[in-house]
Amino acid sequence: MKPSIKKNPVDSIFAALTAVSSFAIIFLIIGILIVLVSESSLAIHKFGILNFITETDWDPVKEIFGAASTLYGTMVTTALSMLIAIPIAIGIAVFITEIAPNFLKGPIGIAIELLAAIPSIIYGMWGLFTLAPLMTDYIEPALQQTLGKLPFFSVLLAGTPMGIDLLTASVILSIMIIPFTASISRDAFNLTPEVVKESAYALGATQWEVVKNIVIPYSKLGVFGGVVLSMGRAIGETMAVAFVLGNNHQITSSLLDAAATITVSLANEFSEADTDIYLSSLFYLALVLFVLSFITLFIAKYFLIRAERKYSR
Amino acid sequence: MTHETKRRIEGFIALLLSTMAAFVGLFWLVFILGDVLVHGIGAMHVSLFTNDPAPAGVEGGGLRNAFLGHLIITGFATLIGVPIGVLGGTFLAEYARGRWISRVISILADIMVSVPSIIVGTFIYALMVRPVGHFSGWAGAAALAIIMIPVVLRTTEDMLSLVPWTLREAAFALGSPYYKVIIQVVYRGAATGIFTGILLSIARVAGETAPLLFTAFNNSFFSYNMNGPMPSLTVSVFQYAMGPYDDWHAQAWAASLVITLFILFITITGRLLIKWRYKQ
Repeated sequence: MKPSIKKNPVDSIFAALTAVSSFAIIFLIIGILIVLVSESSLAIHKFGILNFITETDWDPVKEIFGAASTLYGTMVTTALSMLIAIPIAIGIAVFITEIAPNFLKGPIGIAIELLAAIPSIIYGMWGLFTLAPLMTDYIEPALQQTLGKLPFFSVLLAGTPMGIDLLTASVILSIMIIPFTASISRDAFNLTPEVVKESAYALGATQWEVVKNIVIPYSKLGVFGGVVLSMGRAIGETMAVAFVLGNNHQITSSLLDAAATITVSLANEFSEADTDIYLSSLFYLALVLFVLSFITLFIAKYFLIRAERKYSR
Repeated sequence: MTHETKRRIEGFIALLLSTMAAFVGLFWLVFILGDVLVHGIGAMHVSLFTNDPAPAGVEGGGLRNAFLGHLIITGFATLIGVPIGVLGGTFLAEYARGRWISRVISILADIMVSVPSIIVGTFIYALMVRPVGHFSGWAGAAALAIIMIPVVLRTTEDMLSLVPWTLREAAFALGSPYYKVIIQVVYRGAATGIFTGILLSIARVAGETAPLLFTAFNNSFFSYNMNGPMPSLTVSVFQYAMGPYDDWHAQAWAASLVITLFILFITITGRLLIKWRYKQ
């Protein structure tokens, strides 16, 4: 029970101070929304909402701005990085919870989480100077020689490998988001009651069948939350991608072409925007990014909360 | 081939793939850290810490100004962000404990932790850079503080919730007002946890680049002036890496190594502290 003697004036002041500090979060979110909307009002009036999202041109000279090319870049890199990262992340979670001997569980978990602690600028450096040349010289030509011969992939892998492209950016992004899915999935797997698993073993299930039919179905809410969270991260990642994407506003069918994402064009163009409409359009892009990532993160949080409720019962 | 052998083979393959996934994860970690280590050590030189940047293309410059700028910006961000974060977390875990508003703010803070940091950069640009017409160290510190607040707030809330309620009741029974209970009993009980949260939030913002790009911007001179553009290690690394000179690239690697070691050191220290405090 809380004390009923709350009349102490110092206590009231302290309570008010803490309240204001925590409401700072709400003020921040509303403030960011208001500022971004008002700064981009010029562009919103000129280009509208649907038009801006579907317009493929981004031309500072003619002052025509559309988000389609950057949105496309954001979506492709996000989708491709998740395609690479999710199987690996879930594999890691299975390894840590089911396969690894006890003395390895902690250290491997920490090692994977260290991947999340490395700053994105380091990923960018490494991507530009180490990964991009490897992609150009070995991986991309090899992919073209093998997968590139197949009908659909021949379009995806067309062009000269340059290393500065959607594929390299997606590989880097995938490494960055592995820890988020992996650690949340691991925690969710760990919450599967031992009794349920043991009953399955008693019925003669193999270890993999227990994982596949008991652990994963039981923890799917948590795993899904982790996957959506890493999607939110991928959408908003800036520096790691800025190094290796080339900031080229174009919609390209080949993954071996330079492109731009919302974050990359913001990072490259924001301090160089010389006209009001240019800057306003960049703020508009930031607004689109804010809304997009906020909704994604909210969905992730929703699943994680539902998972939490389910397990705490 | 019986049904059972098929099941065993399928299981073996799946578990083998999982094990390989773990090695892929470790491989990336070792690859990236090893690469930064090798390039960074090769490029490390005393002049990096003692010299300011030389004019473009001239060899022998350093990043002394960026080290200083980075320390100042991160320091002020910590001074602004930590008190707000700790007090905010206190409200959620103490005065508003169990209320719906506490739950809502906690969820929103969790979302803010993952909101793209470049958005915060554009926000501060509109608030603090455009009105005055120039970039400033203050704007950079404010942007980093905003990123710090939700991190500190959430860990503080969690750590305070771990302090048993009966401990507070014992203090109430002695007649002390709530604020005294919080400061003298609850904060003390949760000190290690809160400190770790602060450490991890510093590690988080110390590597940030995106929010500094158009708030603190950059500056190739030694400067204490928070009211003007201020250099930072991360922005310097970005500019140098994208620049055309080998000497710049070498300095960018060396600076990357310093940033990485600093952040990994803080992160691991934080984890060990938590383990030491809460595992018994």
